[in-house]
Amino acid sequence: MTTSSRKVKSNQHLIGYPQRKIDGVEKATGRAVYTDDLQLPGMLHGKILRSPHPHARIVGIDTSRAEALPGVHAVVTGRDMPTPYGIIPWTQDEYPLALDRVRYVGDGVAAVAAVDEDTANRALDLIHVEYEELPAWLDPWKALAAKGSYEEGHYIHSPKKDGWNGNVTKKVRLEFGEVDGLMDSSDVVVEGEYFFEGTTHAAIEPHCAIGSWEPDGVGHAGGTGGAGARDPEGDVALDPAGAPRGGKLTVWSSTQVPHYLHRELSRVLGVDPARVRVLQPLVGGGFGGKSEPFDLEFCVGALAMKSGRPVKILYTREEVFYAHRGRHPFHMEYRTGCTADGKLTSVDAKILLDGGAYASFGLVTTYYSGQLLCAPYEMPAYRFDSTRVYTNKPACGPKRGHGSVQPRFAFEVQMDKLAEKVGMDPIDFRRANFIGSDTRTVNELRITSNGFLECLDAVEAASGWREKFRRMPFGRGIGVAGSTYISGTNYPIYPNEMPQSAVQMQVDRSGRVAVFSGASEIGQGCDSLVAYIAAEELGVPLEYVRVMRGDTDFTPVDLGAYSSRVTFMLGNAAIDAARKLREKVQEAVAEAWEVKPGEVLLAGGRAHWAQDTQRQMHIREAFNLAEARFGTLGATGWYNTPKDVHGEYRGGTIGASPAYSFTAHVAEVEVDPETGVVTVEKIWVAHDCGRALNPVLVEGQMEGSAYMGCAEAIMEAHVFKDADHGREGLHGGPSLLAYKIPTSLDTPALESLIVESIDPEGPYGAKEAGEGPLHPSIPAVANAIYDAVGVRMDRLPFTPPRVWRSIEAARGAGVLGKPGFAMEAGG
Amino acid sequence: MLRLPPFRYHRPATLAEAVGLLEEHGGDVMPVAGGTDLMPNMKHRLFTPGHLVALKGMPELKGVEVVGADSDPGMGYLRVGAAETLTSVASHGEVRRLYPALADAAGHVAGPQLRNMGTIGGNLCLDTRCTYYNQTEFWRKALGYCLKKDGTVCHVTGVGKKCVAAHSADTPPVLMTLDATAILVSAAGEREIPVRDFFVADGITNTRRAPGEIVAEIRIPMASASRRTAYEKLRARKSIDFPLLTVAVAAEVDDTGVVRSLGGVVTALGSRPRELSGWREIAVGHPLDEALVDALAERAHAQCHPLENLPADPEWRRAMVPVFVKRALRRIRSA
Repeated sequence: MTTSSRKVKSNQHLIGYPQRKIDGVEKATGRAVYTDDLQLPGMLHGKILRSPHPHARIVGIDTSRAEALPGVHAVVTGRDMPTPYGIIPWTQDEYPLALDRVRYVGDGVAAVAAVDEDTANRALDLIHVEYEELPAWLDPWKALAAKGSYEEGHYIHSPKKDGWNGNVTKKVRLEFGEVDGLMDSSDVVVEGEYFFEGTTHAAIEPHCAIGSWEPDGVGHAGGTGGAGARDPEGDVALDPAGAPRGGKLTVWSSTQVPHYLHRELSRVLGVDPARVRVLQPLVGGGFGGKSEPFDLEFCVGALAMKSGRPVKILYTREEVFYAHRGRHPFHMEYRTGCTADGKLTSVDAKILLDGGAYASFGLVTTYYSGQLLCAPYEMPAYRFDSTRVYTNKPACGPKRGHGSVQPRFAFEVQMDKLAEKVGMDPIDFRRANFIGSDTRTVNELRITSNGFLECLDAVEAASGWREKFRRMPFGRGIGVAGSTYISGTNYPIYPNEMPQSAVQMQVDRSGRVAVFSGASEIGQGCDSLVAYIAAEELGVPLEYVRVMRGDTDFTPVDLGAYSSRVTFMLGNAAIDAARKLREKVQEAVAEAWEVKPGEVLLAGGRAHWAQDTQRQMHIREAFNLAEARFGTLGATGWYNTPKDVHGEYRGGTIGASPAYSFTAHVAEVEVDPETGVVTVEKIWVAHDCGRALNPVLVEGQMEGSAYMGCAEAIMEAHVFKDADHGREGLHGGPSLLAYKIPTSLDTPALESLIVESIDPEGPYGAKEAGEGPLHPSIPAVANAIYDAVGVRMDRLPFTPPRVWRSIEAARGAGVLGKPGFAMEAGG
Repeated sequence: MLRLPPFRYHRPATLAEAVGLLEEHGGDVMPVAGGTDLMPNMKHRLFTPGHLVALKGMPELKGVEVVGADSDPGMGYLRVGAAETLTSVASHGEVRRLYPALADAAGHVAGPQLRNMGTIGGNLCLDTRCTYYNQTEFWRKALGYCLKKDGTVCHVTGVGKKCVAAHSADTPPVLMTLDATAILVSAAGEREIPVRDFFVADGITNTRRAPGEIVAEIRIPMASASRRTAYEKLRARKSIDFPLLTVAVAAEVDDTGVVRSLGGVVTALGSRPRELSGWREIAVGHPLDEALVDALAERAHAQCHPLENLPADPEWRRAMVPVFVKRALRRIRSA
């Protein structure tokens, strides 16, 4: 069903109704505390010296003059932290600071801590680094074709095996069904070449971290760890210099992944993980750009350990661009076949991913570039051949819609081209290929709930599609696209059998419910989510719920805010904990009333008897009865993903999710044929989120996603200078003035249409809403441009110069105009 | 966050005191009005003056009023104090009534918050911009610097002879078409210079303002108020961004639709605003019909050769010259 208008408030329930975020007022009034707001006594400021070369060997580093500068308390280099790290355990190819080679302009080589930022900056100027420049690899095709040796700089990383190309991170080639045979027998085949320019996240809060080291204790919480205490195993108790590490390291960070940061800090800095505490203050946006450890988090730790003082590092905006981990540039070739009546037959993709200097999540990105394309359309046969290469640019990684936004752009344009060739309306064409619910994709992913048809219906009706498609004047156009996305991954980033998400819940005699949540609140609202669930299940007013969050010393492990996993997994964990407590309360009240426990309802701050709701008591009394009956009330709840649902082939676990969301977009554009300026007038976005636990937040995610996708369609480009333009490897303009994201005036009107398919495994039926709704934005705009002026935009972004060139080419060829009316007869 | 270099901030109460401070600290001092251009440039170490002289709060630099038109409304000028903010110029009743294109141009500078700080005088003196120049110290050092600042090579042209950083201010082209003048004050006295003579074709320093001079006011002849004016701006986004191209046109058109005078200025291409030549010859005495509009646009196109000083396709920018000239001229016709 589509919720065309919001449900009204309920006195008894929270789930499904509009709610405020529990941290909304403090954020709106400026009282919210972010990492950079924190000041600790004696705190120093750190800065990181960065490479001016895209590719060079470090011959030597002399830090003596910096160390001698008054006000400087510590200097560290790569040699102080010689343990490689990386978010994916199989591709750990980074060091906190470069050891012997720098791989992009901006790669960190040394860090200082000083009494203030100006002194720290002056100290950086006093560090002498001797470099030996190596050939720079900016073009992924050239990096792929490179031959030679790592030592001479032909490769950016040392090859894993002799004779391999050290510039290749990962190759994946998977084939399902009779791709070539079905392609050959297709009535229509469309071939296309597409290019997705890289984009970055541009979260408003720059990365920030503070490290604090207490050599003689476990500190803040009044712990009793003695000086020089050692990890009983002894394997992480010594630093490289051999000094005992009995102390405690605390790091505050604007991270999306406190748990992974916790693990990596322990491993890289050699501190027993039970002596590492990671705190996550409120985060000013992530979008995937804070999904793995960064140099500053290791540096504040190492500098704090060396100086004995707390150290803060706040990235400049320029450094945020160098940290990057944004969307990979993709070169994509697609062949797609269908029958004369519009049924897909075969899909064949070849993709080159431009990965930048390090692996980051690249192994997963390479799989995702192919694995996530197999819904919402039935594909009898599918092959993808994806290769990720290293280049001497900031590392690419996950950005909202990780790895699947780029192929979705290409594929949905292919769909539009096929629909035109067979003379079908593109919405009908998509309907005709709908994969259905409770099924398996060609690559064996398990689809459960699927509201994609309702999404198509919703955008078709709301946009006035039938009156507009191919019927508006030249310059005005409308386009459609669809997509799917995961609600988290069945398999965690590091292999383990433990829960993916957990909460601890505790009930007080006052009626207060405390939730201890390790989930990563990055603005998406997961702290609010657990509060809504606790209030819903235990029947308390929302104001009775406190959320203790983001502190690895006190909160159970959740793996982090990425891959749209949090609502699904944390929600189930919270329900699990709350229902354990609810059962006790029901049982105690039932005993007092001499009724069945199942007849006791907890809602609206009271316990009620279902047979006669006039019989009731204050929830506080109910809690007191339960505490008297069972002792102090607390429960843990957790969620783990199904581990038996995946494809039976190498890589078949990647892309496997407990549930998939579905989205359809219609975009309407105005194209100025003189200037090439594309104005996106309106986007209708319908999204199957399973169930909207809080429709306000779901709509917020849908609007934010559609906005972000639209921005990537018409503006965003993370680009670099080359040898003919300044210097190769230099960022095109690492600032929010040079890197264009739309202002409010450039942003289209957005209409969000929530579709609820009620997923069997999601919490209350919910699936993800944070990333899926971005995917169709870009192809919908591309297809709308075609409807407007008859030119295909297969290369992103659709900036005015690029659109103008396409229009001029069509004009020159005498073919400029609205596309033909081939579907008039049928439609 | 990028740090500002250290400097001493002076807050003189009068213009005389301000020019005195400029003279006293000559070579190591800059005036600052709204600071919207200078502060980021200082953070980028493009300027590192030891002293800044604030121009705010001085009554001599404020005010918008008609001067010397008491006897004859066609005489006199509109005086605009140089420290009036762009918001003030864009919204001022007299500016909007007399010179709507100026209000339009001022209202197109950057975004609302920046217009609340930035001034009309500062806009006149805006530093030229280039993709190889408006970058951080780290970036420019990695580049090897450029001719305009700390280096020897222009990365746009590939040689070291001439800086081609782009004049990027919105209001000067309109002021030029209105025959406006600027009053410059220094310790040595005061001088008046036509805005059209204010700029020189040198991207390093593109104005004739001497380091010890302050732009005190702008005078726009009342006679120019009879002109029909139009302003068109091309930029990447609908707010915030500097122009990629601007066109300002002013014309006198009689009751029969015949052009009596015509001037046009384009900018954001080279280091100074370019007055379009060859227009009067074909336009004066003729009706501003579509054929004339095309002919004028063609002349403009022939004169403009954008470079890659700004990060936008130069062929496209060149192709946009006639498009925007035509749009401005059509607005003149329908005004």
